[in-house]
Amino acid sequence: MSKDLILLEHISKSYDGQMILDDLNLSIHENSFVTLLGPSGCGKTTTLRILGGFEKPDKGNVIFDGQNITELAPNKRMLNTVFQKYALFTHLDIAENIAFGLKIKNKTQSYINDKIKYALKLVNLEGFEHRMPDSLSGGQQQRIAIARAIVNEPKVLLLDEPLGALDLKLRQDMQYELIRLKNELGITFLYVTHDQEEALTMSDHIVVMNQGYIQQEGSPEKIYNEPENAFVADFIGDSNIIPATMVCDELVDILGAKFACVDKDFGVNKPVDVVIRPEDVELVRPENCSLCGVVTHIIFKGVHYEMTVEAGGFEWLVHSTRMSAPGTTVGISVDPFNIQIMNRPASEDEEAISENV
Amino acid sequence: MYKKGKTSRLMASPYLAWAFIFILVPLGMIFYYGFTNEAGSFTLQNISYIIQPAYFKSLLLAFELGIVSTVVCFLLAYPLCMILADMKLGHHEFILTLFILPMWMNFLLRTLTWMTLLERKGVLNDILSVLHLPPVYIINTPAAIVIGMVYNFLPFMILPIYNSLSKIDDNVINAARDLGASSFQTFLRVTLPLSVPGIISGITMVFIPALTTFAISSMLGGSKVLLIGNVIEQEFTVAYDWHLGSGLSIILMIFILANMIVSAIADRKENL
Repeated sequence: MSKDLILLEHISKSYDGQMILDDLNLSIHENSFVTLLGPSGCGKTTTLRILGGFEKPDKGNVIFDGQNITELAPNKRMLNTVFQKYALFTHLDIAENIAFGLKIKNKTQSYINDKIKYALKLVNLEGFEHRMPDSLSGGQQQRIAIARAIVNEPKVLLLDEPLGALDLKLRQDMQYELIRLKNELGITFLYVTHDQEEALTMSDHIVVMNQGYIQQEGSPEKIYNEPENAFVADFIGDSNIIPATMVCDELVDILGAKFACVDKDFGVNKPVDVVIRPEDVELVRPENCSLCGVVTHIIFKGVHYEMTVEAGGFEWLVHSTRMSAPGTTVGISVDPFNIQIMNRPASEDEEAISENV
Repeated sequence: MYKKGKTSRLMASPYLAWAFIFILVPLGMIFYYGFTNEAGSFTLQNISYIIQPAYFKSLLLAFELGIVSTVVCFLLAYPLCMILADMKLGHHEFILTLFILPMWMNFLLRTLTWMTLLERKGVLNDILSVLHLPPVYIINTPAAIVIGMVYNFLPFMILPIYNSLSKIDDNVINAARDLGASSFQTFLRVTLPLSVPGIISGITMVFIPALTTFAISSMLGGSKVLLIGNVIEQEFTVAYDWHLGSGLSIILMIFILANMIVSAIADRKENL
């Protein structure tokens, strides 16, 4: 296991009496691609700004490579940031933008020239040295912002929703580009986004945040397949979140029908929530199955059909490549491995806090 | 397309007429008077008067006081604008209005007030005598004119500089800090260059009226300090020598034009 490069310890931050981060603890491993994922206002950007040094936490410590940098000015930190909307220096050309950090550090001109060439090659914008930032497209400006940051050889690159302003196709291209860059540079990327697909595509490790708390962290597969609470399940992709009862180990009662599952140790007849991804719901012949329903809507989505099935008083969202016409009676079957059981929170407050106690 | 062109030309006609009657015709008259003598024949004599010591001195003094006033305005305005632009959520609108507020009063009235303040037996010396300090004699000196110019023209320096500073994205400043620049380096390499367009228009908007003023200098400078503006005014209103007055105006216009060309070039360089 690689070592922890960044440790956030008991970080709290509030603005005008409004709590943004409350006792946040987070460790980031060296050479990983970590994504802070959450809706706007969840505290992810504040976390990044505290790391960059643009905000001071009210409480807590920022440990970088074993040293406490909580009070260190941003220009003294061994990390660089790629800002939302690029923040290029419009009065300087591309070469001067990239050279900015190196000139401050009094590097030789030949070193700087080599670095500019190297960085432009890395972001596939060779020959752009003497263009002005305003004459570049959004995607190109974003790459320059990345080039400007990485020539300083930071140990960590902080990226604040860098693809937010780009259109869909460009965003997808840039996702692959970022993964490639991360692998070529061999440094740590800390990425902030509200786009779950972006997070799933690029990250080694995802930290899902809401209302200043970490809801769940883990690999993309774990976050997607085993969400720990309804917020994570709902935020990461589409899902059916259904109130149910855990009858005993490996058996759950969903809307009056018994389903086999793989979870244990929830107790006997315990109320729980189950999460079932729409693509994991199989529509079968009604006679083969204990839970039956009627297809109410169907939309063609390209890759699959999206259907709504009314069964047991719940509207099931179903993704399938095989269509069932509205009005058809179908049976619902789910593979035991695809049923994710979650403890039901007693209240919304508890839902937010449950991950921190 | 043709129809639209015709309509817009029709709608522009009042403005064209305005520009012709109130800009082109007076300019033509200035040039006519400037290059003719009383007999109506062509001459360069009116223009060449500027090299006479009395006239040249007033031109030089106008430049000197104009530059001093512009520099003082800049030194006062820039730090203020930086503070205002930094007060993102504060009362910067209110403070800005405070600085603009005097512009709502009549310009001559404001200058007259300074006369009362700076007079030999004026408010300033009253206060000094209460404090048992020796009186100062500022009125009718170049210093009084500079004070008057700075007071009157400061808002014209503040507004464009504030505009350009407040347009700078916070993250651009953060990016400079992030790339290793100290606050002072960030100011020198990012904030200052990005505010150059505002500085240029501020300088132009202060320097040109300061160079040509005659009201401020005649009220606060008495008859002792003559600027080129006063000389031209007197040629028209006292000496009734419209030919010489126009000739000297043309000289002043050339300097203003040169100033504007220089700032336009500097501005374009900034934008390229």
